[in-house]
Formats: sequence, structure tokens, C-alpha cells
Amino acid sequence: MSIAIRHLSKRFGAFQALDDVSIDIGSGELVALLGPSGCGKTTLLRIIAGLEYADRGEVLLDGDDASHRHVRERQVGFVFQHYALFRHMSVFDNVAFGLRVRSRKLRPTEAQIRERVVRLLKLVQLDWLADRHPSQLSGGQRQRIALARALAVEPKVLLLDEPFGALDAKVRKELRRWLRQLHDEIHVTSVFVTHDQEEALEVADRVVLINSGRVEQVGTPESVYETPATPFVANFLGSVNLFHGRIEGGQLHVGEHVIGLDSGDREPGGGAVAFVRPHDFDLVPGWPAGSGLPAKIERVVSIGPTAQLELSRGDGEAGEPIEVHLDRQTLGRLGVREGDRVLLRPRRIRLFQTDALAA
Amino acid sequence: MVRREGNSSRLKRFSVLPGFAVTLGYTLAYLSLVVLIPLSAIGAKTLTLGWEAFWSAVSTPRVVASYRLSFGASLLAAGINVVFGLVLAWVLVRYRFPGKGLVDALVDLPFALPTAVAGIALATIYSANGPIGEFLQPLGIEVAYTPKGVLLALVFIGLPFVVRTVQPVLADLERDVEEAAAGLGASRWQTFRRVILPHIAPAILTGFAMAFARAVGEYGSVIFIAGNVPMVSEIAPLMIITKLEQYDYAGATAVASVMLVISFILLLIINALQGWMQRRRGAGG
Repeated sequence: MSIAIRHLSKRFGAFQALDDVSIDIGSGELVALLGPSGCGKTTLLRIIAGLEYADRGEVLLDGDDASHRHVRERQVGFVFQHYALFRHMSVFDNVAFGLRVRSRKLRPTEAQIRERVVRLLKLVQLDWLADRHPSQLSGGQRQRIALARALAVEPKVLLLDEPFGALDAKVRKELRRWLRQLHDEIHVTSVFVTHDQEEALEVADRVVLINSGRVEQVGTPESVYETPATPFVANFLGSVNLFHGRIEGGQLHVGEHVIGLDSGDREPGGGAVAFVRPHDFDLVPGWPAGSGLPAKIERVVSIGPTAQLELSRGDGEAGEPIEVHLDRQTLGRLGVREGDRVLLRPRRIRLFQTDALAA
Repeated sequence: MVRREGNSSRLKRFSVLPGFAVTLGYTLAYLSLVVLIPLSAIGAKTLTLGWEAFWSAVSTPRVVASYRLSFGASLLAAGINVVFGLVLAWVLVRYRFPGKGLVDALVDLPFALPTAVAGIALATIYSANGPIGEFLQPLGIEVAYTPKGVLLALVFIGLPFVVRTVQPVLADLERDVEEAAAGLGASRWQTFRRVILPHIAPAILTGFAMAFARAVGEYGSVIFIAGNVPMVSEIAPLMIITKLEQYDYAGATAVASVMLVISFILLLIINALQGWMQRRRGAGG
């Protein structure tokens, strides 16, 4: 089932949770709503589910306006951050719940229910836990049961609210890979909320970036990572170095230093902010004249294939240390060490004009 | 009595912890001093009667009628308190409204009020010329000086128990559990019946048992409103007092021991029911 969100706005008292949000989600897609906490992403998910109602705008499910439909009638499966399992029921009864509460006409026979529950428990690889109670399960197992429970009613849409948020790092990693595989198997339109950019980029077909109740960018993980549309996106996705400067004559002036720009980046002059990813730098030993930013290596952490360098600005400008990632061979070839002076030459720069920042 | 049951089940859980001997010793000594010795004194005094005298003391129609009223009204009052206590607890947990703190405090008032004061107030208000009684009188409803009055007094004193046992358990139930049920297609009633009720049932049962136990033993508030008509509105504790006033100590303890046995059996049943519920929830529930 496709989901279309049209001009949704929602206000809690003085707090604008959502501000004119419009998103289209295709049938069978796996979409991540990504943003910092308090950005409105959970509110958006709850409005899609029918657990919350928007002040303005509408939610179309398969083209039909569902804005006023109750959560019972929307045929959505909802997975909560803290599982929300029924504690007094066994795992089996939890999964069977959605089928057993159906009206007599629509309710499958007990044998059919049994068969479907067993099939779902096998799907989440926990059929051996059917007789346990939720309190006897680990967090990861609970969340998989919650997912099986949501899938039992054959929802047209699966909505997951920070599904891995309460789990520890290792289980989280396992589960998101598993969720991706599961989605490839069952192909139900899925939307999940997360504040973890790694999770969103790794699992989702498309990522919706939300900040202060507004959609910042929608796109595939590659496109939002490689070509962020706004400074917020550039800053939020992955680690990034930030330089304030001015564009003059096709060059970026940072303090008294000049960095050459590709023709593509050549914007009309004015104040600008440049974002450079740690792995998008070339290093030149010493401080030769020419394009680039002089810096001093403060720290080298070389564990694994990538060396992580922390540098301070050569012109004594205070601020965050500059982070640079090099593969170890390159570092060895350059022969630079802690305390050495180098010239930083960005290979790729993402530029935003400062007046655009103010907006 | 409720307390005694609570302690004995806790004992089992404590057995793996250090300090077992100390806590067990303390528990037994304390229980003996506070509960067992006074109770066995009743038994001992009753034994001085002999079987014939005992039977005639506890089986006169007037005494039997008082048992029936005491236990019947207590069970009914506890049942009423379950329904309305649940509603009250629900309102206090789920909604915000002005004066909520006041309502919350009011719930405990039956605990704090001297029971005689409550009894006199109820009797005055519900008597035929009292502010509420005068409206009930034309409808043919007499509350004061009838078994209905007894029931009213018992409902009054038992109110806090169910509210106070259910309230924290209800507050503990996460909102998203209900949302999950609704999302799976459950109606409001199904959500209440299948999700909320099983969660709070043990607390309700505890509240019921406490309200019941309190009602069986209640004396002060009841005698003023009951009118104490023999065979109609005499409660069992009143029969005990009556016998005491006639210096029939053995007869009084005989009536008391029968009450004790019935109460004990009923509380045992409630506890067994609770244990069964707990087991059904699975280990660690």
C-alpha cells in the first residue's frame, strides 16, 4: 500500500511538532524517517498510524483519505520502541491477539490461527519460544515478537518507532540487518523512525530527513549522503568538517587562505559554509604556497585500515579540530607524524551560501 | 489476617537471601505476639465451653442471622467497592482535572475518620428525615436502620482499599500497550477485557480481600446506622458485644471463633485464586 502525506501540520501547545510535511512513500518501500530527537518524526509516524491526529493536512493510504480513520481500521502494524508486549500473555497468545479479537465473521478458526502464528514465529526465528512469557525474553527477542505480532494481522503498512532504540549496539546491528532481509522477503510497505543515521543509511531504500518539524531532504541513502541538500543534512549525516569563508573569483577564501573550487561548486560570491568529509582530503607535507589550508597534526590514531588524524588550523584560528581519515598506506607514503605541518586540500566540498543558512 | 498471608508468601521468596534465620525468627516471634497468641486465646476460651454449649451458642437463629448479614453484606460491599474503586482509580490515573489532588486525598478519608463519626453521619443523612433519606423515603427506599444501611456503612469504610491497590498497578501499565491492542484491531472493550483487566486483576483481588476483611471486622460505623433489629440488622460483632455485656465471655469467644474460621477460609480461597493468577502469568509475570 502506498502512503501519501499531504501538508501535515501538528502543534502541541506552543511547540510546532510538524510544519507542512508532504512525503510520498511507494508501495513495498522501506523508508526511514531520520532526524534528531524532538524533530517530529515520531509524531509523523503516529499520525500515519492513527494514534495521533494532525491539525491540518491529510494522510492518504492507497489514495484514500485515511485522516479520520481510527487506528483499528487503518490496517497498519505498529512496532513500539519499548515493545509494548502483553505481559500476562505467552508469546504465542501475543502474536495471536490480533486474530483473536476479530469479529466472529472474520476470525480464522483456532487451527488456522495456530498455523499462522507458528509460521510467523518461524519467520522471526523464535518458534521455540512460543510458550514463554515476554518477561523471560531478551530485548532483541521481545522486539522480534512484537514484529511478529504486528505482522499477524497482515497489515498493509508496517510502522516502526525507534524499533532498535532500546537495544544494545551489537543486537541492534544484527536486528537491522535482519529487518532488511525480512523486508526483502515480505515486501510490506514499511516506515521506521530512527535518530541513528547509520541505521537509516544501512537499512532503508529511501531516507527522509526531518528537522524541527520540516522535511529537509528525501532520497536514497547514497544521494542524501553524497549530495546533501541543506547544511542540516550535511552536518547530520556522518562526521563532517565545517569551514566558514567567502567565495570570490571561483575560490573559497577561509581566513587568509584560498581553496580552489571545481567549476561545479562555483557559486556567485558571498559568505559560504563549506562541508568536507574526513575522507575527502588530500595531504601535502609542509606548508607550500598554493591552494589549501595549512594545518598541524595533533594526533594520529591508526588502528585498522584507516588512520584517523586530528589537526588544528595552521593560522591559529580556534575551533573544532579538523578530522581527516586516510588509509594507512597513504599515511606511510606521506611519512607525516604528530606535530608535522601539512597542507589540507579538499577533494570534494559541499558549499552552502550563508544567507541560505539563515533561512 | 491479610497481613499474615502476605508475610507467609514473602517468606518463601526470601529463603535464598542471606539473613534468612534472622528474618524468619523475627517474623515468627512478631506474628506470635501480635496475631497468633491473641487468636489462640480465643480458641482456648472457647474450648472451656464444651461441644454442646458451643453449638447452642453459635447456632441460635439470631446469631446465624447475624453471620449471614455480616458475611453477606461484607462480600457485597467489597464487590461494590471493586466496581466503583476501579472507576475511581481509573479516573485518578488517566485524567487530569482541577481538584484532582483533593479527590485523591478524599479517598483516604474513610481510613482516617473515627468509625463512630462516620456511622453517626451516615445514620443522620440517610434516616427518614435526613437530607438524603427524606428523598429516598417517598420512593419506598429505607436505608437507615435496615441491612441496606449496614451495606452502605461497609461500602464507605472499604472504599480506599480497592482504589489504593489498583491505582499504582494501573499507572504502571504503559500507554503503548493499549495503543498496540487498538492497532491490532481490538475494540475499547476488548482492550480493557483482554489487556488491562488481566494486568490489574491481582491488585483488584487484593483490594477486594482487604475491603472484605475490614468490613467483616467493622463495628463502629455499622451499629449506628444498622438500627440493630434482631434477626434483621444485627451484625456478628454486635452479637459478640451483646454477649460480653451479659458477662457470657465463653459465648462471645465462640461466636468470634466461628467468624474467625469463616474469614480465614474465605481469605485462603482469595489467596489461592491470586496464586493461581500469578502462575498463569508465568514466572516473573
